[in-house]
Amino acid sequence: MRRDIFQAIADPTRRAIIVLLALQAMTPNAIADNFNTTRQAVSKHLRILTECEIVKQEQKGREIFYSLEIDKMKEIDMWLEQFRKVWETQFNQLDNLLSTIKKQKK
Amino acid sequence: MNNLQFDFTVDKSTNSVFITREFDAELPLVWDAFTKPEILDQWWAPKPLTSKTKTMDFKVGGRRFYAMVLPDGQEHWGIQDFTSISPKTNLKWVASFTDKDENINTELPSSNWDLNFSEQAGKTKVSIAIKHKTFANIEMLIQMGFKEGFTMTLNFLEELLTKKIN
Repeated sequence: MRRDIFQAIADPTRRAIIVLLALQAMTPNAIADNFNTTRQAVSKHLRILTECEIVKQEQKGREIFYSLEIDKMKEIDMWLEQFRKVWETQFNQLDNLLSTIKKQKK
Repeated sequence: MNNLQFDFTVDKSTNSVFITREFDAELPLVWDAFTKPEILDQWWAPKPLTSKTKTMDFKVGGRRFYAMVLPDGQEHWGIQDFTSISPKTNLKWVASFTDKDENINTELPSSNWDLNFSEQAGKTKVSIAIKHKTFANIEMLIQMGFKEGFTMTLNFLEELLTKKIN
């Protein structure tokens, strides 16, 4: 099955894992401690994130640490940022317009 | 920068884009900004594009037929077919791309829009859900938006390249 970056961010738990890993590399147990779901469920999300190449595993001593693949994150950012920017521009225009209309009414 | 809420998320599992934005204005005014063509045209297109509403019949079963106009005068036409209107609360439409004669372009994706409006302490929150048939359609729109936003630059680049090749 083909995995891509959008599949990685499609799920709220996976998005939360990405946010956690943005701060620091973590072991699967440490990640799971942040969620109310089972460790198996978290492992499954980590597996998908790994397959999407958005996180990578690193063996440190006896433990495995997960960390973010920053370049992949940038790829998502680039896509979404374009879309977000368009909306941001539109809404800023509306902000200005609303404030002008409000002033005219006073 | 202001401190008004702005959330933007894309959910691949439901082929949806969710946008929430707060405005520092009372609900009736914000509602008008989304539903009156003379106000819509002043903000609907991200600069340097402009929005030009040709016709708008704001009722269920009615339609807004408008163009996004590029700085070089090129026009991209589209429609919003209003499917549900609960004044100052909720608004739904189906958006499609058309040609200048209002014929729907079936090669470009249609999308279902669902907008919720609510006011709290003088601020109005608008939550927009845009649902597409496939996720590929969202990717296509992002690419189109990207393309249009940079049309001027690209045209310029193209000109330069043509000159170099010839």
